[in-house]
Amino acid sequence: MPLDNSFTGQKFKVIGTRPLRPDGIDKVTGRAKYGADASAPGQLVGLILRSPHAHARIKKIDTSKAAKLPGVKAVLTSADLPDLTAGDRNMYDMLENCMARGKALYDGHAVAAVAAIDMPTAKKALKLIKIDYEILPHVTDVDEAMKSSAPVVHNNIFTEGVEPTPKKSSNVSKRSEFGHGDVEAGFKDADFIVEKSYKTEQTHQGYIEPHACLANVGPDGQGELWVTTQGHFVFRNQCAQLLGMDIAKLRVTSSEIGGGFGGKTHVWMEPVALALSRKANRPVKIVMTREEVFRASGPTSSTSIDVKIGAKKDGTITAASATLRYQNGAFPGPWAELGAMTAYACYDLTNVKTVSYEVIVNRPKVAAYRAPSAPMAAFAVESTMDEVAKKIGMDRVDLRIKNAAKQGTKSSYGPTYGPIGIGATLEAVKNHPHMKAPLGKNQGRGMACGFWFNFGGQTCTDINIGVDGTVTLTVGTVDVGGSRASLSLIAAEELGVPYEQVKCNIADTGTLGHNDMTDGSRGTFSSGMATVLSARNAIKVLRERAAMMWEIPADDVVWEDGQARATGDSHGNLAPLSVKEIAAAAANTGGPIAGHNEIVADGAGVSFASHICDVEIDPETGSTRVIRYTVIQDAGKAIHPSYVEGQFQGGAAQGIGWALNEEYIYGKDGRLQNPGFLDYRIPVCSDLPFIDTMILEIPNPNHPYGVRGVGETSIVPPLAAIGNAVSSAVGIRMTHVPMSPPRILKAIEGAHKAH
Amino acid sequence: MRYEAPATTKEAATLMAKEKGAAYVLAGGTDLLVRMKGGFIEPDLVVDIKRIKAMKDIKKLATGFQIGAAVSGAELGENAAVRKAWPGVVEATNLIGSKQVQGRCTMVGNLCNASPAADSVPAMIAAAAKAVIVGPKGKRTVPVEQIPVSPGKTSLKKGEIIESIILPKRPPKSGDAYLRFIPRTEMDIAVVSAGVSLTLDSKGAVKDARVALGAIAPTVVLVPAAAKAIIGSKLDDSAMEKLAAACSAACRPIDDKRGTIEFRTKVAGVLARRAAKIAFERAGGK
Amino acid sequence: MSGVLVSTTINGDSVEFFCQPDESLLDVLRNRLSLTGSKEGCGTGDCGACSVTVDDRLVCSCLVLGVEAEGREIGTIEGMADGDKLHPLQQKFIEHAALQCGICTPGFLIAAKALLEKNASPSEEEIRFGLAGNLCRCTGYDKIVRAVQDAAKEMRGA
Repeated sequence: MPLDNSFTGQKFKVIGTRPLRPDGIDKVTGRAKYGADASAPGQLVGLILRSPHAHARIKKIDTSKAAKLPGVKAVLTSADLPDLTAGDRNMYDMLENCMARGKALYDGHAVAAVAAIDMPTAKKALKLIKIDYEILPHVTDVDEAMKSSAPVVHNNIFTEGVEPTPKKSSNVSKRSEFGHGDVEAGFKDADFIVEKSYKTEQTHQGYIEPHACLANVGPDGQGELWVTTQGHFVFRNQCAQLLGMDIAKLRVTSSEIGGGFGGKTHVWMEPVALALSRKANRPVKIVMTREEVFRASGPTSSTSIDVKIGAKKDGTITAASATLRYQNGAFPGPWAELGAMTAYACYDLTNVKTVSYEVIVNRPKVAAYRAPSAPMAAFAVESTMDEVAKKIGMDRVDLRIKNAAKQGTKSSYGPTYGPIGIGATLEAVKNHPHMKAPLGKNQGRGMACGFWFNFGGQTCTDINIGVDGTVTLTVGTVDVGGSRASLSLIAAEELGVPYEQVKCNIADTGTLGHNDMTDGSRGTFSSGMATVLSARNAIKVLRERAAMMWEIPADDVVWEDGQARATGDSHGNLAPLSVKEIAAAAANTGGPIAGHNEIVADGAGVSFASHICDVEIDPETGSTRVIRYTVIQDAGKAIHPSYVEGQFQGGAAQGIGWALNEEYIYGKDGRLQNPGFLDYRIPVCSDLPFIDTMILEIPNPNHPYGVRGVGETSIVPPLAAIGNAVSSAVGIRMTHVPMSPPRILKAIEGAHKAH
Repeated sequence: MRYEAPATTKEAATLMAKEKGAAYVLAGGTDLLVRMKGGFIEPDLVVDIKRIKAMKDIKKLATGFQIGAAVSGAELGENAAVRKAWPGVVEATNLIGSKQVQGRCTMVGNLCNASPAADSVPAMIAAAAKAVIVGPKGKRTVPVEQIPVSPGKTSLKKGEIIESIILPKRPPKSGDAYLRFIPRTEMDIAVVSAGVSLTLDSKGAVKDARVALGAIAPTVVLVPAAAKAIIGSKLDDSAMEKLAAACSAACRPIDDKRGTIEFRTKVAGVLARRAAKIAFERAGGK
Repeated sequence: MSGVLVSTTINGDSVEFFCQPDESLLDVLRNRLSLTGSKEGCGTGDCGACSVTVDDRLVCSCLVLGVEAEGREIGTIEGMADGDKLHPLQQKFIEHAALQCGICTPGFLIAAKALLEKNASPSEEEIRFGLAGNLCRCTGYDKIVRAVQDAAKEMRGA
């Protein structure tokens, strides 16, 4: 498969090296300050009272006793949060999610809050709040919620995307459709057709740091918020809008973030903390407990998916379709739609159609989780692909190679691809020693592909040159896993200075223009692009200043290896000027030297990965051990390869946990039964093998260095890769994630009985 | 809440007896603090027994080992003599929680938490361990299986504290083992578990055996029928099948977030077989 | 509830603090002594982010009462480096990119130090089981295990 190599020829000086991260010492000595690590003079403890019911009308809230308790400085209910959202449904949902308005919509939904002088007082105050609930019928399962007999969560939701719009409200907020060609005709052309249905359970991002913030608002409407977030500028805008504050008067500082994975892209208790602070006129700190994180932040969807793929004897896929039902929690979201867009993105298909349904249930509002919605769709499609290969009698990798999307392919979700890496990852799989290694008894091997769009978005960076020639790089994207290092590398590369001469800071919202979240794998892509452009602007200034110092035209000055050089014969004897020399003279040549850039970083290159994994099953207990795992992914260009590998490994580990053990378990009462790390089982160190990685570099032509986002794609293939491995080990197609021991044992026993 | 750290068992028992409100013993605290934090209990008095010297000791007696109630899992695991005599009990105790939890948790705490899934309890019951109880009416010694009566409830009376566990002296050609099933490799609560202790006769057949199962009923249960299935055998296939069947038959589990009735019933037999095999080998059986 | 005065040693320094009898050692460290390097990821002993040593024994400080610290020696992440010299584990964690977000890192370092003090040359399996009480959600543990292996090697050589 020919690749566009126009960027591969680039020679880099520091890009692709592995220097130590600049925030390393802070993070190994305990000095780094995370969300819960800040405090302010006179700060109060904020606590939130949460609904114990899955669905209940709030008939009355009596906060009078709590308010009278000595030491209580503010009590808050939705009555204190007037609707200022002016018809914006998303913002209204956010407001209602922060504090129930009339109805509690899920177990854990906030219903009231207090701020008190200390934790014991705050806890006591919560107990004094009396709420009169009328318990309503609830629904937590995605398929159940779609039935006409299901309790309706919102009576003002009428399915969008259906003609004519239904007159009756339901739990289906939207139907969407993607694809091209004629799938019915395609299935008629097929020699083989495989149809399967799948279910995946709800999982949580499982970041180790619970949500935490410290809010401080005065009666003059000026405020500050210290918060663990993936996007402090977005949090600022949302909090300001919800609370009727001026955006400029709310300064939000992002703390170090103890993991987010999409889960910290949404406000939960931050507006509540600000509102409490405003009411008490004192700083208020709220730190969620782990139980609150599970019950009341934003896990990903549980799903139910039907897949149908038809193929010719030679492996050509003639048609592919899927119906995807994604649970959105208690509010409408775009999650099924994302699943429908990504489902067949790896393949070059003539006839393809996906239909999605957004389903509302009595569970917490779904938030993004690393390549949101793609892993479940990939599980369904990639499991079916293996079944198709089996039915045809074709090698599963060859089947995928034959149908792989390439440059020029019209994707199943619409756009036509530029240079992409799916083919290259599949060829790498085919030739990888892992694929050829022998397997033992009760062992099985699986492989699967995954896709993620990646995202660019609004970005803004500053470069300021100090009088000593050192470089301050100021960015607005939160560093979730080492981006300070990669962005410093980019600034160093562009300016031609050593990495150590650059210091990267994450700006607060008062210091820099708006930046979108660190999400969509955009941190290094978009802030990297803005850093390149800022540096180029700074270089322009440096050249001009050197020209002034030399008293020659700026056009006669070039920038090479971190120095200004005079070109042409007329100024041949001038010694080059370093950044330091130019900076030292800045006061006399026009003042501070800086470069700025504000962009919408378009052109995030799509990303593909293929994973291989080996598992061993204990046939008597259904227990699965992952014994070998390989991630192959296109990074476009790896700026700091260690942190690229880290993203590959981390995503794979999360996917392995999802595939095998992680799930939200709801009781018949609609309450979450496992809101803790004891029974919500994320992988521990002894559960995993080393995770081998292979970084492919198929440059993204839209980025100056060819960078593609790398953060998310790695979580897409594991569910299917493990599903395929388990199915190959036990000889039974697993269709329900997680493939927990009871489910695997049941499948094995069922197969025995059938024989 | 009041915190007391007395120096003697008697003082501790007196404090517990006199307290009118809710009084709790604090040994490792790995269950107690979780319950306090979750708001499930609100103690008026917590009596820390770790400053009681006798409770921190492991003593070798003529009749076996006496293990103080405040001996942590890590400390027990570092005692070579107990490990040699009762490897199954030590392994079971060392399976409670993480390395961090091991630094604090105790066998007695595990027993008094009265969870049917407690790791050390099936092994202790299989070992015929006894608990030494100190209370207002003096000392008494009871088999450990009499301590838990239902999930979270014990037979201990107001003011009674378990001071130590007695593991009996081992006859020659004896072995024990404990296995549990967890979905991960660490950090989980047993979904189902089995402890087996046995002694071989001169011909290498099982002379005595005790089999206990965890997480398959409201309390850990001793299953005499399972022991009977292997007594007289050298764990041949038919004895093993009978053992597994007896174990499965003894199961009265529930469906919950950790496992299903079906799964627990099946796997109880599997684990008992595997544990019996390890115990047999440890006893020198072939 | 009345407060209790506790005298203890933290990272070699004599410290006195006043706390409520039901307050966890973790809360005391973080809220009363400004030692916020120990993190609360769960509060139930399931994540290890609050790992400290008490009389050289590795524990979760969320499962220890502050009052229990009386007369004990507490070791926290803030005491791990020797002045400006990082502990080999700290250095290797940075070199191997064994941290991404870093919230679990203090707990891992304390646990790994306790592991290597008991076992100077652990196998990969011993490292993995030795660190199973510490959750990391970013790295997949790969680079953490490698960093511990490398630090162990360096410490054996030293």
